[in-house]
Amino acid sequence: MSHSGINIFFEGSNFVRLLHGLLVSAEIAFVAIILGAILGIILGALRTTKSRIVRFILRIYLEFFRIVPTVVLLFLFYYILPKNFNLNLSAEVVATLVFALWMAAEMSDIVRSGLISVPKHQTDAGKAIGLNPVQLFRYITLPQSLKLMIPATINLTSRVIKTTSLLLLISVMDVINVGQQIIEANQQQYQNGAFWVYGLIFILYFILCYPLSLWEKHMARKEAAIQNG
Amino acid sequence: MSWIVIQQSIPIFAKAFWITLRLSLYGIIGSIIVGIIVSLISYFKVPVAKRIGDIYIELFRNTPLLIQLFFIYYALPEVGFKISAEVSGVVGLTLLGGSYMAEAFLGGFNGVEKVQVENGKAIGLSNAQLARYVILPQGILTSIPAIAANVIFLIKETSIFTVIAIPELTNTALDQIGMYYHTDESLFILVIAYAIILIPLSILLTWLERRTRRVAFGN
Repeated sequence: MSHSGINIFFEGSNFVRLLHGLLVSAEIAFVAIILGAILGIILGALRTTKSRIVRFILRIYLEFFRIVPTVVLLFLFYYILPKNFNLNLSAEVVATLVFALWMAAEMSDIVRSGLISVPKHQTDAGKAIGLNPVQLFRYITLPQSLKLMIPATINLTSRVIKTTSLLLLISVMDVINVGQQIIEANQQQYQNGAFWVYGLIFILYFILCYPLSLWEKHMARKEAAIQNG
Repeated sequence: MSWIVIQQSIPIFAKAFWITLRLSLYGIIGSIIVGIIVSLISYFKVPVAKRIGDIYIELFRNTPLLIQLFFIYYALPEVGFKISAEVSGVVGLTLLGGSYMAEAFLGGFNGVEKVQVENGKAIGLSNAQLARYVILPQGILTSIPAIAANVIFLIKETSIFTVIAIPELTNTALDQIGMYYHTDESLFILVIAYAIILIPLSILLTWLERRTRRVAFGN
């Protein structure tokens, strides 16, 4: 073997196919993050209400999604929805649904802890100057809790992106699945195809997640600086 | 769902349960060792080594375990490093966990008051003595909740071992579904098995968080 293994990316349209697979993963992550964030904010706000039943049910929801590994969640929805609920969804839709529900569960906890962290004297002061509940939320609670929520939310987003690597398990044509096909198809010519292809996918995920990690650290530092004056 | 199928499947799942526990344990111990070493290097700003440690943390925190395992198990043999699936799994989990644990420990170490470290230096402690008598005992205490959260995370991550065909819980469930179509029963046992491991740990984590807050703030 005289040629370098890196040429595996230039055989046919291999490189473009890999990028297309990455796009599939990114699309699922993007939709799940948006849907999950919206649902999570609503659920998080509901978790600060006085109703014990609502709080209990939402707590169970959170704990279920927290305790069951994401791989298992994917299989639960993938097998049980069609079989027991007669709901035939494509693997992509199942994955989006699972990631969105999981994101919502984790998001609800971030939102809840952000909201309850606002000191009581702040809302009391707001009430004293005659703000109504909507104004209280808009001008007092939300701005103060948002700062706390941002770093944790960025971290969660990065976790959802990394979790898209599991799409392969329910046969979505994601970047890893495409990578496997390329390795198998070129086995004869490129005996170290796995090294190059998996190496590239490793780097691709790093390129997606590293900026988020930097952003998270930056926001956390900014928040700490405000807190310490 | 058939209870007879569940009963019959229990022995095979019990075996898988122990594999999950055993590999988790190895991975967690490995992660803690790697984490302490990398965080101490970072804390004492050891030249060059700190750089390498930082790169290691960022590389493994920002990539999925699945691709790390694929690389270790499928790609490394192509360049001359051949290791078994179980060892690949533990190595992958240790490298992933080590990067998370390092951050957790570093958070604790940085929380140790400066006065404490300066006092230690004033009485002539070496860096090793500082680590042993000042930073580790105080720092580890405040990083315990983060470490416990990482432990739960790592146990859940062992479910990904299924992709390199280690017969742990998830892999066993998929096998049962593939061979006998025992879908509902296998998924049911699978969820229960993870719950048995993780619910007590999750309760312990909540308790630890409250305890550590009391240690830190005295209320």
